Amino acid sequence: MAFAIVATIIVIGTVLWNAVTPWWFTPLASNWGAFDQTIIISLWVTGVAFVLVSGFIIYCVIKFPYREGHKSEYEPENTKLELWLTVITTIGVLVLLAPGLIAWNDYVALPDEGIEVEGVGQQWVWSYRFPGEDGVYGNTSGRLFSSKNTFGLDPNDPNSLDDILIRSAEVHLPINENVIMQLRSKDVLHDFYIPQFRAKMDLVPGQHTNLWFEPTLLGTYEVACAEYCGTGHFAMRGLITVDTKEDFQVWLEKQPTFAQTLNEGVEGSGKQIAQTLGCVACHSDNGVNGIGPTWKDSFGSTRELASGEIVLVDETYIKESIVNPTAKIASGYAPIMPAYATLSDEELDAIADYIKTLSN
Amino acid sequence: MYEGQALYHPKGWWGRYVFSQDHKVIALQYICVALAIGLTGMFLSLLMRMQLGFPGLFESIDAGNYYQDVTMHGMIMVIYLLTALFLGGFGNYLIPLMLGSRDMAFPFVNMLSFWVYFLSVIILVCSFFVESGPTGAGWTLYPPQSILPGTPGADGAGILLMLGSLAVFIIAFTMGGLNYITTVLQSRAKGMNMMRMPLIIWCLFLATFLGLLAFPALLVGAIMLIFDRVLETSFFMPEIFKGGEVLNYGGGSPVLFQHLFWFFGHPEVYIIALPAFGIISELISCHARKNIFGYNMMVWALIAIAGIAFIVWAHHMYVAGMNPYLGFFFATTTLIIAIPTAIKVYNWVITLWNANIRMTVPMLYCLAFLITFLIGGLTGLFLGNVAVDVPLSDTYFVVGHFHMVMAVSPVLALYGGLYHWYPSVTGRMLDDRLGKIHFWITFVGTYLIYFPMHYIGFLGVPRRYYSNEQYDFIPESVNDLNQFITVCALIVGAAQFILLYNFIVSAVRGKEAGSNPWGACTLEWQTLESPPGHGNWGDKLPVVYRWPYDYGLPGATDDFVPQNIPDEQIT
Repeated sequence: MAFAIVATIIVIGTVLWNAVTPWWFTPLASNWGAFDQTIIISLWVTGVAFVLVSGFIIYCVIKFPYREGHKSEYEPENTKLELWLTVITTIGVLVLLAPGLIAWNDYVALPDEGIEVEGVGQQWVWSYRFPGEDGVYGNTSGRLFSSKNTFGLDPNDPNSLDDILIRSAEVHLPINENVIMQLRSKDVLHDFYIPQFRAKMDLVPGQHTNLWFEPTLLGTYEVACAEYCGTGHFAMRGLITVDTKEDFQVWLEKQPTFAQTLNEGVEGSGKQIAQTLGCVACHSDNGVNGIGPTWKDSFGSTRELASGEIVLVDETYIKESIVNPTAKIASGYAPIMPAYATLSDEELDAIADYIKTLSN
Repeated sequence: MYEGQALYHPKGWWGRYVFSQDHKVIALQYICVALAIGLTGMFLSLLMRMQLGFPGLFESIDAGNYYQDVTMHGMIMVIYLLTALFLGGFGNYLIPLMLGSRDMAFPFVNMLSFWVYFLSVIILVCSFFVESGPTGAGWTLYPPQSILPGTPGADGAGILLMLGSLAVFIIAFTMGGLNYITTVLQSRAKGMNMMRMPLIIWCLFLATFLGLLAFPALLVGAIMLIFDRVLETSFFMPEIFKGGEVLNYGGGSPVLFQHLFWFFGHPEVYIIALPAFGIISELISCHARKNIFGYNMMVWALIAIAGIAFIVWAHHMYVAGMNPYLGFFFATTTLIIAIPTAIKVYNWVITLWNANIRMTVPMLYCLAFLITFLIGGLTGLFLGNVAVDVPLSDTYFVVGHFHMVMAVSPVLALYGGLYHWYPSVTGRMLDDRLGKIHFWITFVGTYLIYFPMHYIGFLGVPRRYYSNEQYDFIPESVNDLNQFITVCALIVGAAQFILLYNFIVSAVRGKEAGSNPWGACTLEWQTLESPPGHGNWGDKLPVVYRWPYDYGLPGATDDFVPQNIPDEQIT
């Protein structure tokens, strides 16, 4: 009897929960309402199955308790009943599958018209590229990556010079227009996921993947990495601001082309380098300690190492920690920072200068 | 072994209890090692829950060792606990006894299988003690991150020990598996034709088949990954720009590893689920005192599940960058596999109709399994249905789903099985009151842990996040819910020690069980001595006259007729 009571509470609670739960879909902000609808259909179909089968179990438990000397009914087969149950289940499955496949068909067929933008992932930051005036992405190659050419673009390809590079984790997109994304990773697997858009796709190094959506609400939305990509996975956050078409154009025109970035000097570019190398994913500029210690007010301070030693955070320490991070591990942090051994002296200077500016 | 042949018995303590070739001792060895490493896995999950429920409370939990806990918890539970315990433990104990044979077909290989498994566990445990610790790559071990700096344990020995341990485990599994298959095909008692085998033997047989065909995919994946890591081959490694430089890799495909992994990984779900199905089939029939409904249909459903299990693997990869049109195929096969699975559930619950249900502890576990498996199976229809998977993939919905369907459900079946067969092993009953306390906490507690996770998933919270702090779309209330889940997890975790205590104390002080305490029809309860001795059957092998579910047979004196009783003796 105890089981019947507890199971009844569980079944009723499970059903009621759906009506009262405060944890539900984030407000939809894209064209992918079909996914939500398919979930709702699935909830109804599976909910009915759950209540019927659990109800049957509870009924049997109440109705047929053990009686000494009593024998249960002997019925090894009932082909007709089994056939009926199979048919009903098959119908239920088809009701679920059909809308699912239709929605998937829309999801994988890229539209002909729309804004093209490339999302690039690396541990643990996002960046973006628009194809520029000619509407064609320049060629990229894994061999061309450098701290200067963080998109791995081919400077000899005429299509690449006008490509617009967004070297920060925030990108703007126009409302009510198809956005066709090409996705690419520099290092490991990532996943481009915007909860309010319901859209999601892995970024795979060595190949391109595609994703499309149409933003339908103005606002700023978070991009969360949804494929485990190492220790900083949870901190790989990006932003998408959905603008009106006019605001979007104004914003886009302010962004540098590949040609322009080629002419930037190294000096004074520390902040940019820290951004493009992904340093900022772990080292904040606002005093909050993340996976690594914050840079805010760090220069000139003293720091306790895991070995117990106390060191001064000066230019030498900073540069050593970039080139050979495991040499001196700050106390309380995991020794997980990759070595950035190929940076030039100018680039190291620029980063150290930038960190200096964050301290008063 | 033919009748009348003198039995070989081991001499001395070492031969009897340590390097034993008796399937029953080997089963116990498997069960003890699996439970020990399983407790470690549970402890790791509690550390994770502490971080999620009370972030910052334990300063020693940083992102690095959080991911190490996540990874080792998953791998330990799936492979080293559940696979080993179901096939090595239950498989070893039940297959020869239930088939009426004296032992496994190859007892020496069977012994080796355990010791090689033990070695794989030792290698796994070693990785906790090497510099930079075990791998934190997630239990799926996806390259490139699993072998590149930036993931805990990737630049140390952690990942290599993990892959090596898996390879050793697979060797152990293969030795055990060939034994189970051969024994089922060759060593059945007279009269025990295939369609008279208890359903659990069918389940163990098919699960072993799945394992023997699926594990090789993981083995080659692991070896290729070791090559990529140690020899700098590029099976799974494309051109990679990392740490400011272009790495010495190029041309490989990370998606290839995922195909290999899930070609193993999905059948693995059924390697765990099928033995659980088997246990439930035995227990529900015996404790409801009713014949199992639709035996033939059950066997064919199992065969269908085992077959289709090999063509659904890419439903783990809908958004992984494979050709998206493959989604149509894999969504269809995945939803088709729901049909034979549903048939299993129908037949279990119909078995309860007009039954004579004894509310024993094993029966409670059966009923709890049905409710939990129902929830876990039905949520699988969401994730398998490709379009629904897009918003839910890699969120807490997935965590809730797979824990319900392949963690809690199998564990409930496992506990039911332990309570049911404990008297066969020890000759004593487990304490009923402690059993019920343990049951209620485990059943209700796990439901409260995993059910709410589905809704955190609807909200879109990604899994494998060390902290949700910086995301504005995740409301503060998610932290409250996480706290609640953590408290439940701590209670459920603590409750498992009730079982452990019950196990140890009842072995000495438990009520004497007698030869067939549950009144079961299957052969393991019909041995000459109980608990059964070495060789199981004394001088005379049993002869089988009927199927294993003659509960409530009209015309019989008792409400059950064991398999070895001929028709003329039933009254």
